[in-house]
Amino acid sequence: MQSHMKQNLWGYLFIGPFIIGFLAFTIIPIISSLYFSFTSYDLFSPPRWIGLDNFTKMFTEDPRYLHSLKITFIYVFAGVPLRLAFALIVAMLLNTASRAVGLYRTMYYLPSLIGGSVAVAIMWRQIFGDDGIVNLALGVLGVDPVRWFGNPTAALWMLIFLSIWQFGSSMLIFLAGLKSIPLSYYEAASVDGASFFQKFFKITLPMLSPVILFNAIMQTIGAFMTFVPAFIISKGTGGPLDGTLLYSLYLFKQGFEFFHMGYASAMAWVMLIIIAILTSVIFLSSRFWVHYESEGGR
Amino acid sequence: MKPKHLKKIIYHLLVGGFAILLLYPVIWLIMSSFKLSENIFVTAQSLIPNPFVLENYAQGWEGFGDYGFATFIKNTAIFVAFVLVGHLISCSLIAFGFARLKFVGRSFWFAIMIKTLMLPYEVVMIPQYIIFAELGWLNSLKPLVVPAYFGHPFFIFLLVQFIRTIPRELDEAATIDGCNTFQIYYRIILPLIVPALATTAIFTFYWTWDNLLGPVLYLNSPAKYTVSMALNMFLSNETVSNWGAMFAMSTVSLIPVFVIFFIFQRYVVEGISTSGLKG
Repeated sequence: MQSHMKQNLWGYLFIGPFIIGFLAFTIIPIISSLYFSFTSYDLFSPPRWIGLDNFTKMFTEDPRYLHSLKITFIYVFAGVPLRLAFALIVAMLLNTASRAVGLYRTMYYLPSLIGGSVAVAIMWRQIFGDDGIVNLALGVLGVDPVRWFGNPTAALWMLIFLSIWQFGSSMLIFLAGLKSIPLSYYEAASVDGASFFQKFFKITLPMLSPVILFNAIMQTIGAFMTFVPAFIISKGTGGPLDGTLLYSLYLFKQGFEFFHMGYASAMAWVMLIIIAILTSVIFLSSRFWVHYESEGGR
Repeated sequence: MKPKHLKKIIYHLLVGGFAILLLYPVIWLIMSSFKLSENIFVTAQSLIPNPFVLENYAQGWEGFGDYGFATFIKNTAIFVAFVLVGHLISCSLIAFGFARLKFVGRSFWFAIMIKTLMLPYEVVMIPQYIIFAELGWLNSLKPLVVPAYFGHPFFIFLLVQFIRTIPRELDEAATIDGCNTFQIYYRIILPLIVPALATTAIFTFYWTWDNLLGPVLYLNSPAKYTVSMALNMFLSNETVSNWGAMFAMSTVSLIPVFVIFFIFQRYVVEGISTSGLKG
């Protein structure tokens, strides 16, 4: 009994910092945030209870919010699948015995390494400028220059391209996954006369599916929270015509530019709910496409 | 030529060419930082600076107002150092607790920790801001570094996974030799998890160095600005269209990231491949 107590004591001594931090920086803020979401609060006078007004306003009276939600969905659902597709294709190309693979791996990873920085966002802003190198390259291909900052859709795609450009970290994870697939599977398939596509769909994809699931979830959450590129590329405005007003940026502006703390808290809660639903949907769908070795195939 | 060789050449042209295409903007940024400001967009199609000048670096280094870029680098270095120490101490202690100690409620707290991994920062951002404002911590590094001393779920998870691969016999032998629990952590486990601690340190460096939202929220006097914020300022003052200085300082801000990567490449690649850390 005594040693039991002692064990518990040691355990809580070690994880104590986590529990304290969790209470102070996560749980108390989460509960306060929930409370603020039902109030009107500008930081200077005390919060005033307004019930569900913030939430109804969001969906009925604030077209800017709905627009921001829409473009964030486009950003997430165009960016993440394309990013994962690029990651998988390049990982498969690099899964060979060539000596240059180490160098290529580094080169493809570098955009991920620096992609979250302000420097890269500044760079992106400049290369998509009217006389930037992207338009120069389009000119060489005979395509008319695009006014990336003159058109909200083009501006959003500029952000999506930046997200896809950083496929390197997923590529590394996929590459590690590919290397763990036993070669004998492919050899057996070759003996049976399987084509490249049959091998890809019957061996590679199923074996890699748990890793793809994990990546799809983490990248979706991450993409939903994208802030820095939208903030820098639009110089904090979300423009042109709110074309880059991603959810996090709009939330930030509501909170710290307009001091609508209650409204911003409500936005954060809707974001949490959307992310929870998205992750659950991906999880539930995984029953149909994720293959777990240890559980006899499912 | 043999078809096998041809296949190889096509492979390298394709894979290598695509890699260069992806990196071209970065190369362009770096090369442009050595061009005269007024030439950058006129000669955007060329990588070679003509004339080759260093004045952008001199100008950018002066910073703005009364603060030179060296101040911003120093501020960022202090910020990173405090967070780094915090993560290394707290995450290793917490991970040891989760990985090695049996106590009531362990799986409950572990599950909670994993859940916080998926919690968007936006949900806690506003109340945290209000709490730190109440504490009088605004315009200081405290709101940005104090939480680091209470663990970070990503790194705790990474370290737990790593500690689980260390044979328990080592702990048992140490217990027989009279070590208490803290000594097992300090003398046995800590030296063995150095590679995972290196990964923790490297990613802490990257995320802290790049952090923009935190400093934008909490720091408001230019004397305390970090490098990310300073670059953001360059952009806001863009009216003078001094691209050169902005490109030069952007390049400077990338140097530490590249240097750390090339020195510790192995830990970075392993950290991502084994734990799914996003880079």
